[in-house]
Amino acid sequence: SSSSAAAAASSREPLHVCVVGSGPAGFYTADKMLKGHQGAQVDIIDRLPTPFGLVRSGVAPDHPETKIVVNQFSRVAANDRCSFYGNVTLGMDVSLSELRKTYDIVVLAYGAESDRSLGIPGEDLRGIHSAREFVWWYNGHPDMCNLAPDLQSTDSAVVLGQGNVALDVARILLCCTSELAATDIADYALDALNGSTIRKVYLVGRRGPVQAACTAKELREILGGLKNVRVFINEADLLKSPSDEEEIRNSRIQRRVYELLSKAAIAHKGNNNNDQKELHFVFFRRPTRFLPSEDGSTVGAVQLEKTCLKDDGVAGKQVAVGTGEFEDLKCGLVLKSVGYKSLPVEGLPFDKYRGVVPNLKGRVLSSESENATVEPGLYVVGWLKRGPTGIVATNLHCAEETVASILEDEKKGLFMGPSDSKKEGRRGLLEILEQKNIRFVPFDGWEKIDCKEKIAGELKNKPREKITSWNELLMAAN
Amino acid sequence: TSNDKSSESEAKISVTFIDKDGEEKLVKVPIGMSMLEAAHENDIELEGACEGSLACSTCHVIVTDVDYYNKLEDPVDEENDMLDLAFGLTETSRLGCQVIASPELDGIRLALPSATRNFAVDGIQLSGFTMADPTS
Ligand SMILES: Cc1cc2nc3c(=O)[nH]c(=O)nc-3n(C[C@H](O)[C@H](O)[C@H](O)COP(=O)(O)OP(=O)(O)OC[C@H]3O[C@@H](n4cnc5c(N)ncnc54)[C@H](O)[C@@H]3O)c2cc1C
Ligand code: FES
Repeated sequence: SSSSAAAAASSREPLHVCVVGSGPAGFYTADKMLKGHQGAQVDIIDRLPTPFGLVRSGVAPDHPETKIVVNQFSRVAANDRCSFYGNVTLGMDVSLSELRKTYDIVVLAYGAESDRSLGIPGEDLRGIHSAREFVWWYNGHPDMCNLAPDLQSTDSAVVLGQGNVALDVARILLCCTSELAATDIADYALDALNGSTIRKVYLVGRRGPVQAACTAKELREILGGLKNVRVFINEADLLKSPSDEEEIRNSRIQRRVYELLSKAAIAHKGNNNNDQKELHFVFFRRPTRFLPSEDGSTVGAVQLEKTCLKDDGVAGKQVAVGTGEFEDLKCGLVLKSVGYKSLPVEGLPFDKYRGVVPNLKGRVLSSESENATVEPGLYVVGWLKRGPTGIVATNLHCAEETVASILEDEKKGLFMGPSDSKKEGRRGLLEILEQKNIRFVPFDGWEKIDCKEKIAGELKNKPREKITSWNELLMAAN
Repeated sequence: TSNDKSSESEAKISVTFIDKDGEEKLVKVPIGMSMLEAAHENDIELEGACEGSLACSTCHVIVTDVDYYNKLEDPVDEENDMLDLAFGLTETSRLGCQVIASPELDGIRLALPSATRNFAVDGIQLSGFTMADPTS
């Protein structure tokens, strides 16, 4: 009868779910999982004592509206069926096989915490950082609070890349520090930027204005919103080929980005103020080597090769090819914004070339080959699944897809193993952590950190003053 | 009194939300309220990650009738910037937090973009925070 069915459902073991990573992908997955399955018990682990991933450590300090989403994530964490375990690293504190033995379902949402490298000579010179490191630094990520980039020995910085991250770091370098002072930027970063001698920033892209990888929102902000910055765009670069015209016809974003660049090229012409800072868009150039300055160990210039576009043949896309013509661009700071890359963990199938986990709608596959099999109970979401693209909201749809796969598999009875193989879920995780003597940070530990940061911020008229060292974070959580 | 009641209902319009599974819900929305707020007041699953500050695109709704779409004021640049990134963008897409109930919108129907459709097949825009230039 239906009443006994209901009784069976309520007495049934919970569905034990572990989500690894508490960025947007992790939290959206937890949210959809809790809503989609009344028996789901979701544990979120993160290697940091603080949740929210790149919303805390990636999104620029002058984008507070974008961070409002943490309100929603905090409501998810407040659900009785959801728990947070910070300061727990997959691959170090707990292994993937341990998690798979402990949980019915493991969803990997640990993002992309490494960098694509350019693989050109001189990449190890001092003064060259990845944008990821620089962003973590100004956002107070505890792994990068000691980066101390030198902003005082040069007037020129080169940013390699023209995506949104590149625009973020260029904006931070050129922005009025009095405006940054009212944000949640790390205090040491504000000090360093206050003393910065950088007056010129070059944004270098392999292709042209039609192919710039940024969005109109970020571009509008940097073209119109920076006080005392003159924008330089070479008008000849704005000429469109028939292939460009076609790309523009097919992409609303590309069309709007191109229009903004064209307008800016004209608007900034002729306005010429001596004390202005400069933002240069450098199109059709690819970096070929880094040259040392006189001291021999610090970067002094980037060698660039001019490029031209060639039809890719396949997707109507155009690729940049070198022309054999070179030029040097002098600078004392280089930020490489050529892409984030995910890291593998032991026992996880990993596509080294693309830097993602092979998957079918979020179900992890044993390899990227055609006859791959599905890894039971293992799923992936977010940047680790799709690669490092998209905005916060993209992870919402990505999580919907992965959770739909999980619920489909659950309906098929895939997680109803024999009774002697019942998973322990949370109890099992706590045992592992205790055995290994790992002091995890629960969500209320984060709330203590949050509260202290907000109080410290209030004194300085900032939304928060971030705690940026591991030790202090762990102490504040207690 | 009955008089109060009629003025109260005059100050509200009818809006139909069509959810991801195609289910319809008719709600009354006070003049001046945004469609995002209206959805939340009525337990309709419209996200609103940035709580109406034009920074997320998760409140994306599709106006199902072009005539109603044309009654709306044109989106400002900032709304268009976010619409660029909206999942499943259509010709009559708007951000729910920017559509404010007004008398001429009485009877409007708003569909939430369906996310159960396949990612790749939908060819959704993945631009955004991304590597600078994926081609080498
Ligand atoms: C510089 C920058 C600026 C951005 N600005 C914006 C913006 O303004 N607006 C916007 O919409 N989007 C922005 N984005 C994009 C947005 O941040 C991403 O789409 C989103 O954060 C990706 O979500 P994720 O959950 O996959 O990864 P992440 O947010 O990176 O989350 C991954 C989480 O996993 C944890 N983790 C990593 N390794 C382990 C491990 N081994 N064990 C346990 N936990 C681990 C990390 O600590 C982190 O909390 C920006 C991105 C960057 C890089
Ligand atoms: S709620 Fe974020 S744009 Fe409308």
